[in-house]
Amino acid sequence: MNREWLRAPRRAAIATLSLLLFSCRAFAAGPQATPSIFAPASTPATDISHLAYFVLSIVAGIFIVVGGLLTFVVIRYRDRDSNDKREPAQIYGSNQIELAWTVIPILIVVVLFLTTARMIFAIQDAPKPPSALNVTVVGHQFWWEFRYPKLGIVTANELHVPLSSHQEPRPTYLKLLSADVVHSFWVPQLAGKTDVIPNHPNLTWIDPQHPGVYVGQCAQFCGVQHAKMLLRVYVDTPEQFAAWVKNQQQPGVQDASVAAGRRIFETEACMNCHTVRGTAATGRFGPDLTHLMSRNTIASGAVPLNRQTLRQWIEEPDSMKPGVLMPAMKLDDQQLDELTDYLMTLK
Amino acid sequence: MSATSLIPNAAALPGEEWRLPSRGRVAMFCLIIGESAIFTIFVVAYIFYIGKSLYGPTPQQVLEIPVFGTICLLSSSFVIWLAERALERNKIKLFGAFWALTLALGVFFLVDTGFEWHTLIYEKGLTISTNLFGTTFYSLVGLHATHVLFGIVGLTTVLIFTLLGKVREEHCERIQVLALYWHFVDAVWVVVFTVVYILGR
Amino acid sequence: MADQTFPIGGTLDLTPPRVAKETFLEWIHGWVTTVDHKRLGILYLLYAILFLLVGGAEAIAIRIQLAFPDNHFLAPDTFNRLFTMHGTTMVFLMGMPFLFGFANYIVPLQIGARDMAFPRLNALSFWLTAFGGAMLYYSFIGGSGLYGVGNAPDVTWWAYAPLTSKAFSPGHGVDYWALSLIIAGIGTLGGAINIIATVLSMRCKGMTLLRMPLFAWLMLVVSGLLLITITPLTAAQVMLTIDRYLGGHFFDTQAGGSAVVWMHFFWIFGHPEVYVLVFPAFAIANEVIPVFSRKPIFGYPAMVAASVGIAFISLGVWAHHMFTVGMTSVDNTFFVLSTELVGVPTGIKIFNWLATMWGGKIRFKVPMLFLTGFLFQFLIAGLTGIILSIAPFDWQLHNSYFVIAHFHYMLVGSIVFAIFGGFYYWYPKFSGRMMSEKLGKWHFWLMLIGFHVTFDTMHFVGLMGMPRSIYTYEADRGWAHLNTIISIGGFVQAIAVLIFGFNLVWSYYKGKEAGNDPWDAWTLEWSTSSPPPVYNYAVEPEVRSRRPLWDLKHPEDPDWNYE
Repeated sequence: MNREWLRAPRRAAIATLSLLLFSCRAFAAGPQATPSIFAPASTPATDISHLAYFVLSIVAGIFIVVGGLLTFVVIRYRDRDSNDKREPAQIYGSNQIELAWTVIPILIVVVLFLTTARMIFAIQDAPKPPSALNVTVVGHQFWWEFRYPKLGIVTANELHVPLSSHQEPRPTYLKLLSADVVHSFWVPQLAGKTDVIPNHPNLTWIDPQHPGVYVGQCAQFCGVQHAKMLLRVYVDTPEQFAAWVKNQQQPGVQDASVAAGRRIFETEACMNCHTVRGTAATGRFGPDLTHLMSRNTIASGAVPLNRQTLRQWIEEPDSMKPGVLMPAMKLDDQQLDELTDYLMTLK
Repeated sequence: MSATSLIPNAAALPGEEWRLPSRGRVAMFCLIIGESAIFTIFVVAYIFYIGKSLYGPTPQQVLEIPVFGTICLLSSSFVIWLAERALERNKIKLFGAFWALTLALGVFFLVDTGFEWHTLIYEKGLTISTNLFGTTFYSLVGLHATHVLFGIVGLTTVLIFTLLGKVREEHCERIQVLALYWHFVDAVWVVVFTVVYILGR
Repeated sequence: MADQTFPIGGTLDLTPPRVAKETFLEWIHGWVTTVDHKRLGILYLLYAILFLLVGGAEAIAIRIQLAFPDNHFLAPDTFNRLFTMHGTTMVFLMGMPFLFGFANYIVPLQIGARDMAFPRLNALSFWLTAFGGAMLYYSFIGGSGLYGVGNAPDVTWWAYAPLTSKAFSPGHGVDYWALSLIIAGIGTLGGAINIIATVLSMRCKGMTLLRMPLFAWLMLVVSGLLLITITPLTAAQVMLTIDRYLGGHFFDTQAGGSAVVWMHFFWIFGHPEVYVLVFPAFAIANEVIPVFSRKPIFGYPAMVAASVGIAFISLGVWAHHMFTVGMTSVDNTFFVLSTELVGVPTGIKIFNWLATMWGGKIRFKVPMLFLTGFLFQFLIAGLTGIILSIAPFDWQLHNSYFVIAHFHYMLVGSIVFAIFGGFYYWYPKFSGRMMSEKLGKWHFWLMLIGFHVTFDTMHFVGLMGMPRSIYTYEADRGWAHLNTIISIGGFVQAIAVLIFGFNLVWSYYKGKEAGNDPWDAWTLEWSTSSPPPVYNYAVEPEVRSRRPLWDLKHPEDPDWNYE
C-alpha cells in the first residue's frame, strides 16, 4: 500500500502550470485580443512584468524548497507498520532552528521590499515630460468619457493616443475623475489599473510603444452593467493621430438630407443627454456623439457599430446591455430609420 | 486512581495558589475594547472631516462648550467611586445615596445634551443632514449619549435592587464591573469633548 | 490502540436513562432553549454547514453563467446579487459560525471547564447570528419579490460607497446587507467576549496559559482580534445607514464626503477578518497534525508568539486592498512592507508544522489527509499573497481573477480543508461514532481534484486580464476555455461536499462506535466519554503539562520533564 500518491498528480500539475503560464505570454509585441499582463506594450506594464518575473521566480523557489520538504516528509515519515505501537522520539522544539527560519524569511522580505519600493517610486512619481499628452478620463455608469482639454476634443469609449518610443517619448497622462461611483481604468497591456473615484482625482500614465488597439475594461464593480464597461485604446502613429485629432476638432457634420432625423434627435429628448457639437444638443449625461461614426463600437465597446446595431440600440438599449441607463425612446419604425440615418452621418 | 489526580504524584505539585481573573471583569474589559474600536472609527471620521464641509454652519459658528453637562458627567465618576467604597464597607444606605447621585448626574448630562441639541437644531439650523459637520457631530455625540443611556439603565436597575434591600457587601465585585462601564463612558466623553469642542473649533 | 481509554474519574456518563422518551416537542425545546456550550457548538456547526451548502449553490450558479462567454443563464442583476450573497454568506454565515461552533464545543473541554463563562450570553450570541443570517436571506423574497431575485444586495461583499448610497442603490438590498450584519456582528462580539472570559477565567488547576492546548490559544487570540475587527465594520455600517436614512453625508461625495473613507473603514475590518477566518484552521492544524504525526507540536512557544504576531501585524496591512486607489508612493510602500512582514510569522507556523511531522509516524487517516492538503494549499495561498503584496504587480492583479484564486486558496484550500479535517477528527467526540473512512476518502480526493482544477486554473485567467465581478465576458478574449474548466472543477467540489453531508448523516446512525479516545490523542477532551456528559467533568481536572493524557499514558516519560 506504499503508493506514491502525491508524486504523479504533482508532476501533472507542474506540467500543466508551466503550459498555462507559457500560454499567457505574447509572442509578438503589440496588442492582442487577450489582454495578458505578460504581453506589455508600454513602460509601466513592461516594468511591472519584469518585476513580476523576478517575484515569481523567488516565490517559485520558496515553493520548490518548502513544497519539496513537505512532499519528502509526507512520504518518508509515513506510518508503514500500524502494528508497531512505539511512539517516535518526542521533540519539543529548537531555538536555533526557530531563529534560522525567522531570519531567512526576513532577508527575503527585505530584498522583495527594496525592489518593490524602487518600482513604486519609479512608476508613481515619474516626472512628466513636456511632450506628454493630457487626457481627462471621466468614468460614468457604464461608459467612459475622454476629454482632451488642450485640443478641444470630447469623445467617448474609444481613447486615441499617440505612439511613444524611448527615443521620442510621448506619454499620455490620464487624469481620472468619476461622475458617479467608483470605477477603475484598466488596460492590462498598457499599465496597472488606477481607480476612478468621485471627489478624488487620480493620475496615471501610459507610453505605448506599438500601434494598434488595446482592450481593457472597468475593474471596480460599479453597478449592473459593470461587465460591459469596456475600454478600447487606439495607439496611433503620429500621422494617424494628427488626422484623428483634426477630424475630432471639427463640429458635427451638417448633412441636409438627414434633416428629418436631426429634428427627431433634437425634439425627442436625445439632446438632453447627448452632445453634437455645433448644434443645440449639449447634454452631458451620455456620450458625446459629434463623431459617433469615427468609432468602431457603441455601448462602451460591448456592441460593434453598424447601421443595424445602432438602430437596435436606439430602439431598445436594454436588449443589448440590460440595465444600461439609456432609456428606450419608444420611437416608431420610421422615426428610428430617420434618426439612424442622421446619426450615421456624424463621421 | 483517585478521581482528582490525573498525575501520579499530585503531592509533587508546587503548592501554588490557583488564581484566575474574575470573568465579569474580563468580559467588561473586552466589551470596553470593542466599544473603543467603534468610537475610534467615529472619532477618526470626525477628525478627517474637520473643515471639509462645503456649506452650512461651522463648529466655530454654533458650538458652545457644554460646561454644565461635562462637570456633571466627570464628577459622577468620582461619586460612583465613593459608592463603590461605601459598599465595600457594607454601608448600604451611603452606597444607595452615592449611587442615586451618580444616576442623577448622568441624567443631568443627558438633559444638558438635549438642550444643546434643541438649540442647534431649531435656532442654529444644524441637523444631521445639514453638512459633514452636522453628520459627524450628531453621530459621534449621539453615539456617546446612547452609551450614557445604556449606563443609566444599568444604574437604575441596581438602584431599584438597592431600594428593595437586595444589594449587600458581597455584590461588591459586580458593582465594580458596572462602575467600570460607567468610567469608560466618562473617559470616552473626555476624548469626544476634546475632539469636538476643542480641536474641531 | 484506539480502544484504550484513560477517563478522568467521573467523566463517564453513568446517569440512568430517562424513564419516558422525550417527545418531539420536548426535544426541540431542549435544543432551542439550550445554554450548554456543546449543544450551542453543534447548532453553530449545523448553521455553518447549511450556509456552506447555500453559498456553494450560489457559486455553482455563478460558475454555470461564467462557463461560456456571452452566456444568458443568469440576468446581470441576478448574477450581481448572487456573487454578493455568495461572498457575504461564506464569510459571515459559514466561516464565523464554524469558528464559534468549534470554539464553543471544544475550548471548555480542553481547559477542563464545565461550560463557557457566560452560557446565556452564549445562547444569545448564537441566536443573534442566526437571526442576522435569516434576515440577510429574507432579502431574496422581501421587497419586490422573487422575480429578479428580489431585493438581495448586489453591491459586492465590500459594498463600496457611493454605489451603496440611496441615490445609486434605491432598493433595500444594501439595507438588508448592513442591518443583518450589524445584528450578526453583535452576536459575534458576544461570542468573542465569552471565549476570552472562558479562557482567562476558567482554566482548570495547573493549566497555565503556556500549558493550554494551542487550539485554545488560537481561539483566545482570534477572539481578541475579533473585538477590534468586527466593530469597525459595525461602525461603518451604522454610518452607511445614517447616510441612507437620516440624510447623513459620511460617504456622500456630492457633499464633500469621501468614498475612500468607506474603503479604509471597510478594509480595517476586512483584512483582519480574513485572519479571523484562518485562525480556526490554524487551531485545527495544531491539534490534528501532532496527533497524527505522533509527536508534540514543534516549538509551542514560537507558535504562540507567531499567532499573536500575526494578529497584531494583520491590523496594519489593510490598505493593501487599496493599492490602486491613488495613495501616495510612501503610503503604498508602507503597506507593502507590513503585508510582507505578516508572511514571516505565517511562514514560521508552516515550518513548525513541517518540523512536527519530521521524524514522526504519520497516520494518514482522513483528518490528516485534509490537513496535509491544508499544508500544501496554505503554502501556495501564502505565496500568492506575497505576490499580491508587491504593489506594482497588484496594480495589474487587483480585482482580477488572480485575487479570487488567491483568496479561495485560503478560504477553501486552507480553511475549508482544515474544517473538514476538524470534523472528521472531532465528530467521534460530538456523536460517539466514527465517520466513514471510505466516504471520507472519496470526499477528500474529489475535493482535492475539483479544488485544483478550479483554482489553479483561475490564477491564469487572472493573469490574462480577466477582472472580477463581471457577469459575462466577450468570446474573443481568450478566457472561455479556462472558464469552462474552472466551472467543471466547481461541480466536482459540489459532489465532494454532498458526499461529506451524506457522511455526516450516515455516520450518525451507522458509524462505528468511537469510544472516548479513538485517535489516541493527548488533550483533555479525549478523557471524557463520547459525547461528554452534560457537565463535562464531575471533578475538575488537574494538569501538569501541555499533554495531560500523554502523561497518563506514558507515566515513565511524562511531558513535564521536558517543558
